[in-house]
Amino acid sequence: MIYREAGDFKTSYRSDGQTFPIRLDRWGYYVVVAIAFGIIPFVINDYWASAVLVPFLIYAIAAMGLNILTGYAGQVSLGTGGFMAVGAYSVYKLMTAFPEVSIVIHILLAGGITAAVGVLFGLPSLRIKGFYLAVATLAAQFFLVWLFNKVPWFYNYSASGQINSPTRTVMDIAVTGPTTSAAAKYLVCLCFAFALAWVARNLTRGTLGRKWMAIRDMDIAAEIIGVNPLTAKLSAFAVSSFFVGIAGALLFSVYLGAAEVGEAFGINKSFLILFMIIIGGLGSIFGSFAGAAFLVLLPVLLKNVLVGQLGWPTDLAAHIELMIVGALIILFLIVEPHGLARLWALTKEKLRLWPFPH
Amino acid sequence: MKLKFPAIVAAGMMAAAPAMADLVVPNLSYRTGAYGANGTQYADGFNDYFTLLNERDGGIGGEKVQVPECETAYNTEKGVECYEATKGSGALVYNPLSTGITYQLIPKVAVDKIPLYTPGYGRTSAKNGKVFEWVFNAPANYWDGASVAIKHLLDENGGDLSGKKIALVYHNSAYGKEPIRTLEELSKKHGFTFTALPIDPPGQEQKSQWLQIRRDKPDYVLMWGWGVMNQAAIQEAANIRFPMENFIGTYWSGSEVDVTPVGAGADGYKALTFHGVGMDYPIYADLKQHVIDPGKASQGGQHVGSVLYSRGLYAALVISEAIRKAQEISGTSQITPEQLRDGFEQLDITPARLEELGLPDFGPEIKMTCANHGGNGMVRVQQWDAGAKKWNLISDFIEPDQEVLDPLIAEDSEAYAKEAGITPRDC
Repeated sequence: MIYREAGDFKTSYRSDGQTFPIRLDRWGYYVVVAIAFGIIPFVINDYWASAVLVPFLIYAIAAMGLNILTGYAGQVSLGTGGFMAVGAYSVYKLMTAFPEVSIVIHILLAGGITAAVGVLFGLPSLRIKGFYLAVATLAAQFFLVWLFNKVPWFYNYSASGQINSPTRTVMDIAVTGPTTSAAAKYLVCLCFAFALAWVARNLTRGTLGRKWMAIRDMDIAAEIIGVNPLTAKLSAFAVSSFFVGIAGALLFSVYLGAAEVGEAFGINKSFLILFMIIIGGLGSIFGSFAGAAFLVLLPVLLKNVLVGQLGWPTDLAAHIELMIVGALIILFLIVEPHGLARLWALTKEKLRLWPFPH
Repeated sequence: MKLKFPAIVAAGMMAAAPAMADLVVPNLSYRTGAYGANGTQYADGFNDYFTLLNERDGGIGGEKVQVPECETAYNTEKGVECYEATKGSGALVYNPLSTGITYQLIPKVAVDKIPLYTPGYGRTSAKNGKVFEWVFNAPANYWDGASVAIKHLLDENGGDLSGKKIALVYHNSAYGKEPIRTLEELSKKHGFTFTALPIDPPGQEQKSQWLQIRRDKPDYVLMWGWGVMNQAAIQEAANIRFPMENFIGTYWSGSEVDVTPVGAGADGYKALTFHGVGMDYPIYADLKQHVIDPGKASQGGQHVGSVLYSRGLYAALVISEAIRKAQEISGTSQITPEQLRDGFEQLDITPARLEELGLPDFGPEIKMTCANHGGNGMVRVQQWDAGAKKWNLISDFIEPDQEVLDPLIAEDSEAYAKEAGITPRDC
């Protein structure tokens, strides 16, 4: 009733193959994009940017990256935190070495460097799969964190091993460093998230994405029908690491402003992003956003409700918050093992028929 | 229906702001996670001192002090969230008790013009007020601690450490790495061999580092640890029968929670401190009367008198004295963060003033100026008596080796000024 396709005719293959084939969906998407670009930048304040929207967008980019590798190409990775660290340290070295070059170019280059590192650590995937590959990427995680701790060149020989992002501008507006306005922070992350989501969507429904999915579903069969596992797997590692590297670069330069590798890019980060794509939905771009929203926004929401509105002690609230988030994860996985994206799809199915299910 | 849910979410996302009329000193505390046992005690001391001022004196200069708490779990991302959530509420000063969060906030507070007070932690070179206009770290910093530890060892060895081996076990983070540069300089000056052994946070697992200590047999071991790492290290040292009196922890590795789990094995362990220990101070009578007995103590007052409780109390005391000074200078009781900064810069807590406050000989004299935001760096050494279950002060306040530290501070703060594009102020 509310959500229907009646009268929504497709007269070409192009319109049938579009990302949002249902009119209501498409409008919803346009409205969300219009609000995100046209309204939020004007009303956003520091709290909303730094505590809510910027981390959400950055984690969504990282989740898309991991989703390409794990959800689409079927290669399990526990090295996301390490690859984010590569992005962060690359952008730090680039922005301190070439201060006159635009930060956007540095962030893209950092993604490129991470892609190269990702391909390197993706090489074992040609021989090993499943749990064994997970362990190989886990080694990458620990190796990369160790490397950035050990070699002082990466943190410009600072006494504490911390990296700090200096002020850099895009068209004379500061986007990194302490003077950045909330709107600038938000917009730069939004532009990256929007562009990368568009790229990811189009890659995954094209030849490359079909190759990845063929490899994921059955690698031997894929090889027989002519998919080259070498290029398919390594391209998945490269594209995935590119996304993750950009997320790491943004996390350090725009969001945190200072980072130390063990704390900001430790194994916990790898698990956090893996949970995001499992809860959001493997092999779904929307799922990456939904999973990031669930794990970034829910703790903040619970904290504000429990401490800010109910006035509970902060430690009790922190413990209850962990329990609630944990219980919800289990609940979601029992009710819908394919994640929030599948839940959303089911809701749409139901709404199409509602209120006349027969 | 479709709009209602986002509206509820949006309402929930908004942080509840306290009433604007009072003085607001947010407490970015951590009571959960691997560092929760330590963070809780500090936060309790911090809260209780302000409760005492509110209950006994009606606040500072007639203004009540509000201390909204925000849980950071020692995590930098949550620290940023807490900072952003509380800064709009008229927050006067931040004391995050985390070097990682401090590094994050140093550039931000300079833009938002809110003072950051980091006693005994944070960025050491913030002592240079010419570069770090908004950051204060009196009475002592990491490098003061490292230098005093070496001075203490010099005293024990008749002024000569040449040929000795000194090892540092450190929390592998910005915090733990801070003293390395100073200790390297000091090893050149005094001729001891220095080795640094990193321990990855949180630090429960450190068998291999202690195996190395057992093999290398250093004469002394220093420790820069926090949270569970402290207990684990002291336990490992006891396991390899390392002589405890040759094992010295920094300020943050010398509280009751660190040594009690090890039992008798920890007897003789030493740690640095920049304030007195125990409850033999007149202020505790007031605390009992106005805070503990009426049941207003933070978390029920279970940690009153512990080392970290005292430290939280001391931090609150310095902040309240700075507020008082700022009120005096500006002539208004409703001060702004900028006025508080001036209060910090002209702060002078003399021994006489400490005695008035009920804490005679508790801390060193704190005298800050425009150029010196770190005080004189005087530090004491305390030793654990496992039989009596108490810390005893075994030295007087020792002055660090400023001859070594001053050039290091100048160098590091200049590097920061260059990186951040700051022109140092004239003082």
